[in-house]
Amino acid sequence: MTLIAFDSGRYRRRKLFGRLAFASTALCAAGVLSALFFILGYLWVHGISSINWDFLTKLPKPVGETGGGMANALVGSAELLGLAGLFGLPTGVFAGIYLSEYGHNRFGTIVRYTTDILNGVPSIVIGIFAYTLFVLPMRRFTALAGGAALGAMMIPIAVRTTEEFMNLVPTSVREAAYALGIPRWKTVVFIVIPTALRGIVTGIMLDFARVAGETAPLLFTAFGNRYWSRGILEPTSSLPVMITHTPFPPMRTGTARPGRRAWFF
Amino acid sequence: MSPSTLIARPTISVSTSLPPPPLAAAAPAKPGIIIRDLNVWFGDNHALKNVSLEIPDKNVTAIIGPSGCGKSTLIRALNRMHETTPGARVQGRVTVHGEDILDPEADPVLVRRKIGMVFQKANPFPTLSIYENVAAGLKLNGLAKGFPMEDIVEESLRDAALWDEVKDKLRQPGTSLSGGQQQRLCIARALAVRPDVLLLDEPCSALDPISTAKIEELILSLAGTFTLVIVTHNMQQAARVSGKTAFFLLGELIEFDDTPKIFTNPARKETEDYITGRFG
Repeated sequence: MTLIAFDSGRYRRRKLFGRLAFASTALCAAGVLSALFFILGYLWVHGISSINWDFLTKLPKPVGETGGGMANALVGSAELLGLAGLFGLPTGVFAGIYLSEYGHNRFGTIVRYTTDILNGVPSIVIGIFAYTLFVLPMRRFTALAGGAALGAMMIPIAVRTTEEFMNLVPTSVREAAYALGIPRWKTVVFIVIPTALRGIVTGIMLDFARVAGETAPLLFTAFGNRYWSRGILEPTSSLPVMITHTPFPPMRTGTARPGRRAWFF
Repeated sequence: MSPSTLIARPTISVSTSLPPPPLAAAAPAKPGIIIRDLNVWFGDNHALKNVSLEIPDKNVTAIIGPSGCGKSTLIRALNRMHETTPGARVQGRVTVHGEDILDPEADPVLVRRKIGMVFQKANPFPTLSIYENVAAGLKLNGLAKGFPMEDIVEESLRDAALWDEVKDKLRQPGTSLSGGQQQRLCIARALAVRPDVLLLDEPCSALDPISTAKIEELILSLAGTFTLVIVTHNMQQAARVSGKTAFFLLGELIEFDDTPKIFTNPARKETEDYITGRFG
């Protein structure tokens, strides 16, 4: 038997098909890469010139004037994210710990399923929910309502990442603790959670990054504000809402404004 | 019989008892581990069948047999680690120094403080330093107060023949050590809570011959102080370290006798076939 393949049509067809398949996957991979770099590159080229000290520290100028900044939106976004974390993270992380450690039962399955559904709820629906829950009874748009809406959005990811990273802690580590006569809850608190902590924190960061870009749930909750917000019970500005609202009506202010805001984002 | 220390009661609890005796102190003669008609099931799998065995105190007992014969199942039942496996069920009676450890009222947490365990794969706590690993048992059991923790850590590491290798890097992570050192660290960690019994589940199966020799030496040095039960796949190891050997096959105890007798003149044909390498 020879190891050199027959120069048959079938063999050549197979080789050709292999090359085509490889080329198409490589092409798609390159497409993914270039899409990202095109967006980032475009933003960089058109937006970098607008990023200056004023942009970070000044309020927006009235419509039609050039200059000004978006300091209020920066602070507002930070405030909203803080509130969201306050609402969403304890619930999410603790539920994740429950699912990993005690959730191997029917209730746990229901919680997991519900979490996935919550994750799939469109963000605008969550916004309307927060609107009916906070804005209507209080008769005003508030940062509180916005934080609650974003918090609800943070829960599913916090639950699932916490559970995943807790499950990644090897059984052998838990067994080591049990074998020392360490009670179950202390094993969870002092051994399993610290071991999984790095992963959980990474998950929380991604969770924040995800809701930081949400616009829809803020439109009828925190609403937006051209000036500094006077507290969490007042309408509050945020970066995504600011980007949505400002550039379009007076088109003559030029493309630099949406450009620079998007760049910052 | 003195009141059981395995059942947590408001008045008598282990955490308020006197400091345990130092490792070297000779304990009064007590009966060892007595196993009567022990059966273990995992779901429908009858893993251990009617095992009766008397494990001598302050000695090394080896458990040998082919994979799946129930060796690990047996020692995991001895400190109720089987309860961490969903679907595990146990029937029978096991007394350690006269106390019934399978008593439903006995707290598995207190059982495990008396009966420590070392696993096949070294499993130091990944987030803790060498020092903290050894101290973890006492600290997390709330037994650390009033103890000279540093002395206990040093003593445990010395008992585990690891002190000289780690004394200058106690603050480094436990996982930074080599495989053999990690396994000795796990033994030190188990010794630090001063158990009466130490169960070793194939402690050398992942180690090279030199580390294995060190662990075996260590097992022999601990034999006078603790009751040791070692599960091993390595028959030479069983012959080297143990005073008694039990041979298991398909969940049943085939033979249990003095180690030299098992290896030179076994009573049962199955034992002879196994130790001479005819199967298994």
